[in-house]
Amino acid sequence: MDVLWAVLVQPFVDMVSAPDFLLQVLWDGFVGGVLYALIALGFVLIFKASGIFNFAQGIMVVFAALTLVGLYALGMPAWVALGLTLVVMFVLAVAVERLVLRPLVNQPDIILFMATIGLTYFLIGLGEFVFGGEPKVMITEALGLPTGMREWEVFGGVVFFQEIDIAAAAIAIVMVVGIGVFFHYTRIGRALRAVADDHQAALSVGISLEQIWVIVWFTAGVVALATGIMWGARSDVSFALQIIALKALPVLILGGFTSIPGAIVGGLIIGIGEKLGEIYWGPLIGGGIESWLAYVIALVFLLFRPQGLFGERIIERV
Amino acid sequence: MFYREAGQFKTSYRADMAVFPILQDRIGLGVILFVAVVLVPLLGDDFFLNTIMIPFLIMALATIGLNILTGYAGQLSLGAGGFMGAGAYACYKLTTYFPDTNILILVLASGLVSAAIGIVFGLPSLRIKGFYLAVATLAAQFFLEWCFIRIPWLYNSNASGAIEVPGRTGFGVMLTGPSASPEARYFAVLGLVALLTWIASNLVHGRIGRSWMMIRDMDIAAELIGVRPLRAKLSAFAVSSFYLGVAGAMMVFFWLGAAEPSSFSINLSFLILFMTIIGGLGSLVGSFFGAAFIFILPVLIRAAPRTFGIDVAADAVQHLTYMIIGALIIVFLIVEPHGLARLWQVGKQKLRTWPFPY
Amino acid sequence: MTAAVVPIRAAATDAAGPPLLALEGVTLSFGGVRAINDVSFDVRKGEIRAIIGPNGAGKTSMLNVINGFYHPQQGTITYKGTVRRRMRPYDAASQGIARTFQNVALFKGMTTLDNIMAGRTLKMKRGFLWQCLRYGPALSEEIENRRAVEEIIDFLEIEAIRKTPVGKLPYGLQKRVELARALAMDPELLLLDEPMAGMNLEEKEDMSRYILDVNRLWGTTIALIEHDMGVVMDLSDRVVVLDYGVKIADGAPEEVQKNQDVIDAYLGVPH
Repeated sequence: MDVLWAVLVQPFVDMVSAPDFLLQVLWDGFVGGVLYALIALGFVLIFKASGIFNFAQGIMVVFAALTLVGLYALGMPAWVALGLTLVVMFVLAVAVERLVLRPLVNQPDIILFMATIGLTYFLIGLGEFVFGGEPKVMITEALGLPTGMREWEVFGGVVFFQEIDIAAAAIAIVMVVGIGVFFHYTRIGRALRAVADDHQAALSVGISLEQIWVIVWFTAGVVALATGIMWGARSDVSFALQIIALKALPVLILGGFTSIPGAIVGGLIIGIGEKLGEIYWGPLIGGGIESWLAYVIALVFLLFRPQGLFGERIIERV
Repeated sequence: MFYREAGQFKTSYRADMAVFPILQDRIGLGVILFVAVVLVPLLGDDFFLNTIMIPFLIMALATIGLNILTGYAGQLSLGAGGFMGAGAYACYKLTTYFPDTNILILVLASGLVSAAIGIVFGLPSLRIKGFYLAVATLAAQFFLEWCFIRIPWLYNSNASGAIEVPGRTGFGVMLTGPSASPEARYFAVLGLVALLTWIASNLVHGRIGRSWMMIRDMDIAAELIGVRPLRAKLSAFAVSSFYLGVAGAMMVFFWLGAAEPSSFSINLSFLILFMTIIGGLGSLVGSFFGAAFIFILPVLIRAAPRTFGIDVAADAVQHLTYMIIGALIIVFLIVEPHGLARLWQVGKQKLRTWPFPY
Repeated sequence: MTAAVVPIRAAATDAAGPPLLALEGVTLSFGGVRAINDVSFDVRKGEIRAIIGPNGAGKTSMLNVINGFYHPQQGTITYKGTVRRRMRPYDAASQGIARTFQNVALFKGMTTLDNIMAGRTLKMKRGFLWQCLRYGPALSEEIENRRAVEEIIDFLEIEAIRKTPVGKLPYGLQKRVELARALAMDPELLLLDEPMAGMNLEEKEDMSRYILDVNRLWGTTIALIEHDMGVVMDLSDRVVVLDYGVKIADGAPEEVQKNQDVIDAYLGVPH
């Protein structure tokens, strides 16, 4: 009885009795969710256009952030470093297309998936070799991003908002809208959607797969850079982020592998859900449940709705 | 020339259905066993046994385990490391409770514990497939890892949070702990791996192995033929987790001597997955190739600078190893996506028709 | 081909007995779409029953209902005297319903022999521990079933491709292996979904011969979907015609051929 009470009732009592704290938890979860959504967005872009589950998205985030910090450390102005990082991400996109994707066209999904894990290992090695393995501090101020803290007195308490988090949410929204507009209203966007639907058909009407893939991987690289800056500003730029990027997987499951709005909503659900779980239910079983809660949320969800949030019902055919 | 089946006629289905129908293959197997049982312990020094042979065999067994699930039954798993950990911790607890029992029996029993856990985490596979299933196995991976950290009972509440292997015997010989000789541990590992490989080969050649492959290749058709997906998938999860659990227990008890939760992190899962894919999905002999390739390669890379007399910082070598392995995996997938097992087969086919291939 | 076929068909009709399978008022819908609407028909023991209709008429869905892959919202299925709301795939298979698929559904990673052995799955009973040893009873069971499989390989004349991975076989042979796999189940009711789709004339003749032989030699009841009207008229004892999920005709080939609704469905009517 006590157990049931502790699991089913007490957490909600806690929530209601301290609404300011609940709001703080929700906000933290929301910010975490935005970052998950950004990582998931990178996955979705690549999955849509090439059907590849790009495991390397996580390390691309780290790599982009490391490059930015590393270039700045060489003494160049922040905006030059930013521009050069974009160039590096473009070169990476071209290299991936040339050296990995093109030779592996038409291989089964799992092979391509493994190739991106190989790419991950390569980038880890390269990143550590060039920049060293120790965590670094993101150059938040040099980039002109706000670093202050805002307080909001509400419900008889105070809720804290990091300005960088607000900026992160704003940038994320701008980026999602930008990508959405790009997908819907430009010639390349239309080609992208065509490729996403059917490679062969797209080829047959004269769309260049190579070009599209470079664009998509570059876009994913830009998304990765933005994610890296935001994440780096919150904690450090370190290789640990690479494992956190795996959280994008449950996000994708909730939202569907090909839906950009799905990535956003899924990211927020996972972000907020795991924060709530950790704070209110975590102590019951010893804490630290953030490491697996996201997967379990996704799993439970899948059991009831295998097609994801926005997917249509799957009818199996023979 | 010498590898040819001409003249070897089979007069019964039994002979035709043997695992090694060709005489030369049987001879080859005999030679390999002879080398493993006699030559390796005779000629190899302790270093060779400890850092190459023992871990190679254990990794090969783990790879067979993952291959059963991913290669034969077609269920993608990213949780191999977690199941290995489950076996290791189960074995640790068992040695605590049954200090006098033969350690080999305990190792096998801990595989059963891992199998039970595997069945639980395999349940979602009935409704979800492919990359979606990978999430279920990731849940297993992270949840198990969390258990190893957060449940003090699992590591007997000792201060370090790690498990330390006690000295245990089997057949009157000290097999685990610091005082066990490398030769004794090597024979224990070799015996278990040989036994379990033989059983795996029996399984995949029979009804159960076929039902796994049916589910992998065309699950709907399999169901309409009378395979019960529940049974086929869960048995694959169970057998696979059993192998992984045994491999995990052996890894700690016969090789490392101690382990902490991070020994069974997601990196181990990926390592085993690499071995499976590079070796060849759905091939037992490929599992050995894959394990050898992925495990022994870094050892060689690390040894290379010393051999050539170049002085490179240790961490730089580590980073280079990562880069080289990553690049090699990609190159490998491009050159032969079906793994080393396919190369082996093609090689045998060439040899069979040599010197007149047309 | 026609001349040789006629007498065989007549013989089979005589053998036709009581209904082996009867569907009563079956309705199946996906979301708002009605794939099958209140269809009733039966399959008699020993006959060759054809299901025809234009594309999208619900023929394949019908087979899916019969062997339990789809579950109808309404109606009953009576098989071997047992009335049930729905079949389950495992029950259907274990009670002797086998089938082939429109798009070849072979196990691509396995050899021809393994594919056909797969059809014997339900005939093998030895448990897990025996399978681990693959010795004694497990091995002799394996050999026994291998013998049965070899008979089918003989019958369908596919000895030469026994150990070839099926992915490498040409389409016509794949269809034949699929038939072999279904036959390996020793079926009482054999469902064939377009067994001759995409075949050339010669392959069609071969396949027709095999179907007739299966029906005549082993007394297997057959329900088949086919678009080639020549084949349907020659092979089948009775024909049921579906259009937009509704049954529009049922009877002997000659009657169905003259039915005005059927002609309209195939040729279209001016509105």
